[in-house]
Amino acid sequence: MELFRSTNIDWLGKKWYFLGFSLIFSVAGLLSMLFWHGIPKGVDFKGGTQITVKFDQVPNEDHVRSAMDHAGVKDFRIQRISNGVSQVSNEVIIALPINSATDTNHDQGRAAVQNALSANYHDSGFTILQEDIVGPTAGKQLQKQAIYATLYSLLGMLLYLWFRFELIYGVAAVVAVFHDTLITIGAFSLTNQELTLTVIAAILTLIGYSMNDTVVVFDRIRENLALSRREDLATIVNRSINQTLSRTVLSSGLTFLTVLSLFVFGGEVLHGFSFALVVGILIGTYSSIAVAAPMLVAWQDWRSRKNQQAKAATLPAGRARA
Amino acid sequence: MGKNLGTKTAIILAVLLFFTYGIIGIPHGSLKQSIADRIHLGLDLKGGTHLVLAVHVAEAVGSTTDRTVQQLESDMPGAGIAGATPAKLDPAHPESLTITGVAVGQASALRTLLNGPNYASYDVASQPDGSFKLTMKPSAITDLESRTLDTSIETIRERIDKLGVSEPIIQKYGLGDNQILVELPGVDDPARVEEIIQSTAKLAIHAVDPRGPWASETEALAGLGGTIPPDSVLMKGEGSAGAPPMVYLLKRAAEVEGIDFRDAQPSQDINGRPNIHFNLTTEAGERFYKYTDEHKQGSSTPGAMAIVLDNSVKEVASIQSAIRDSGEITGAFTQQQAEDLSLMLRTGALPASISYLETRTVGPSLGAASIHQGIMAAVFGMAAVMVFMLIYYRGAGINADLALVLNLVILLGFLGFTHATLTLPGIAGVILTIGMGVDSNVLIFERIREELRAGKSAAAAVQGGFAHALVTIIDTHVTTIVSAAILFLFGTGPVRGFAVTLTFGLLANIVTSVFVSRVIFDSHLKNNPRGAELSI
Repeated sequence: MELFRSTNIDWLGKKWYFLGFSLIFSVAGLLSMLFWHGIPKGVDFKGGTQITVKFDQVPNEDHVRSAMDHAGVKDFRIQRISNGVSQVSNEVIIALPINSATDTNHDQGRAAVQNALSANYHDSGFTILQEDIVGPTAGKQLQKQAIYATLYSLLGMLLYLWFRFELIYGVAAVVAVFHDTLITIGAFSLTNQELTLTVIAAILTLIGYSMNDTVVVFDRIRENLALSRREDLATIVNRSINQTLSRTVLSSGLTFLTVLSLFVFGGEVLHGFSFALVVGILIGTYSSIAVAAPMLVAWQDWRSRKNQQAKAATLPAGRARA
Repeated sequence: MGKNLGTKTAIILAVLLFFTYGIIGIPHGSLKQSIADRIHLGLDLKGGTHLVLAVHVAEAVGSTTDRTVQQLESDMPGAGIAGATPAKLDPAHPESLTITGVAVGQASALRTLLNGPNYASYDVASQPDGSFKLTMKPSAITDLESRTLDTSIETIRERIDKLGVSEPIIQKYGLGDNQILVELPGVDDPARVEEIIQSTAKLAIHAVDPRGPWASETEALAGLGGTIPPDSVLMKGEGSAGAPPMVYLLKRAAEVEGIDFRDAQPSQDINGRPNIHFNLTTEAGERFYKYTDEHKQGSSTPGAMAIVLDNSVKEVASIQSAIRDSGEITGAFTQQQAEDLSLMLRTGALPASISYLETRTVGPSLGAASIHQGIMAAVFGMAAVMVFMLIYYRGAGINADLALVLNLVILLGFLGFTHATLTLPGIAGVILTIGMGVDSNVLIFERIREELRAGKSAAAAVQGGFAHALVTIIDTHVTTIVSAAILFLFGTGPVRGFAVTLTFGLLANIVTSVFVSRVIFDSHLKNNPRGAELSI
């Protein structure tokens, strides 16, 4: 079976459509980050207390709410966990904001929540599935680490691509990957889903994955450049994308399949993680064709135009001297 | 082509066996049990408590300079220096202290004293006003801080060990931030663990001044005529049921302190109330015997002693008879408190106070559900991919599927051998490895198809396909491994788990997709090198 035998699509000719598409999604995400939902940070980065409770019976949210109110728990947020199918879940997340700027008493909220639960639900029963309490220091530290890990891994890949290809290849790949990250975080902002440590792991994965896709195309461009030095870069880039197209679609499709199974079967804990990957695989595949490769051509065009201008500028001067 | 196929097949089988051993070890009992013993699961999969705490190492510096002030007070008269006062002045700089009021003729004697071994960790500077300033050397501070962190880890480990938690992890955390990571599998009562770790449990026995006790500090000051004697200190009691807390005047220097206790056990007094029974070391026992013998009831100087825990008077008792090496602490304890307290006494005090930065607990049922879902996702993902490869690449799909299975075996074997921890994101890393493994095979197969379309023979197509794809496979894998390695270096807990499986998986992948798949192609072509048809 073969899906794409010999495609001959003019990818570079569609660059304005691509640019428009990328701009719409980047700007939508950016606007949401700036003016709408912001960057929704989970307890890992924001600090605070998050307690996941599983009740023996499906709980009445209002009842849980009033139990917390009576126990003097302040500013809490109650969120019912959806478990995919239409079934009503009996798992609830109770989240409290961080209660002081220092690390002392970082777990005050936990005792209050536990007391409220055991006072109100000792008959019907409940199990605490998970408790995350992150103090202000740890929150800032985790946030800093996540940002640094991302920047360093981008730098590492840029250096490797510079070493293997040319600087412009590294820059183009990093710009493409940055574009993917922006759009994915934008998707989290638009859908108001929280960024957690595991989501950061997913974003780093998508960076690695998108980079992969880009490297495969770049490799082919390098190979074709060595074969025919006469042709202009745009033709070679177009041919390279077409030659690797069937691999791109297949690999991305299959990776998408594994990620999709993670999204469907992975459960609530991995929901954010797999959501980031589902979005990331799609956008990462797109960007290697629509962002990274056109950048190479655009850069070369710009450079040769500059060279011509430089030549045009120096020629008369040379003549004058002669 | 086709050279050494036998050897290559043998190598593959050996690798398969080796890593299968990595996963299950020497099989014992059920297969599930064997695997569970080899592959270490993270807390997110097996349930437990994860704590990150910060040690306030600066306190250790402060208490060291405090001791130096005391040391100076006792050393200076012996060195012939009178009238000078050592003191710490600036709370913002716990690492320095000053000696003021040094008589002109005594400065050189003081210098000689300060050059002695007791003060070797200080830089000494004489000030224009004739006073001396001692500042702890930066190297000494660094050293003290790292010892404080090490001692804290030791103390915490002893406390945790005595709680009977199996396979706890207690280690330094972060990059030089004086933080400690504590991971306790199976523990779902973090509040109690936090309490036990955090308590200082500094126990001491002090002589009680017969003046007093008083109802408040103001009354105590009035009773003492406005000043507290320099060798004494006022300390508040706990106050038992019904009685208000009293203020006692205690000798500042303890008769017996933390280091002198040999053992502490929870027990019960004659009324059946929980209390704590302690034993002293032989040396301290002798000292204590001498002291209690001199001050027991009926002697010329009868007295009372106070049991002080963490700077609060737990109990005051008149000395009934000479005590050699054991005693009891009673108080308003519950049985659990008595147990926890004696645990803390046995393990000694933390050298500095701590605060918690992060507390995470995963209940055992969630862990079990997560691992179930994670494995389901991995199995479904892999099955879907394998079926698709068979349909799309027909015969060559078998190569890819075998390579994938071997990849998974090597990856899990790696985890077993290195005792790396498999976390939930780690399972996701496994799934991603599957994706990348497929990618390598697709790259190779698509290249072989291209070569075949160009009219090459089967053998030449395989040769060319692998050669061309290899460069790309190495480029893509190295780029991802670079990012995974950086993730490992700068990431934390779960993210690290992800980086570990991804790195192992990609390394295994390079071997399986390039080497194993090739060997299968070659053995297929071996029998009929010229006319063989490739099923691809």
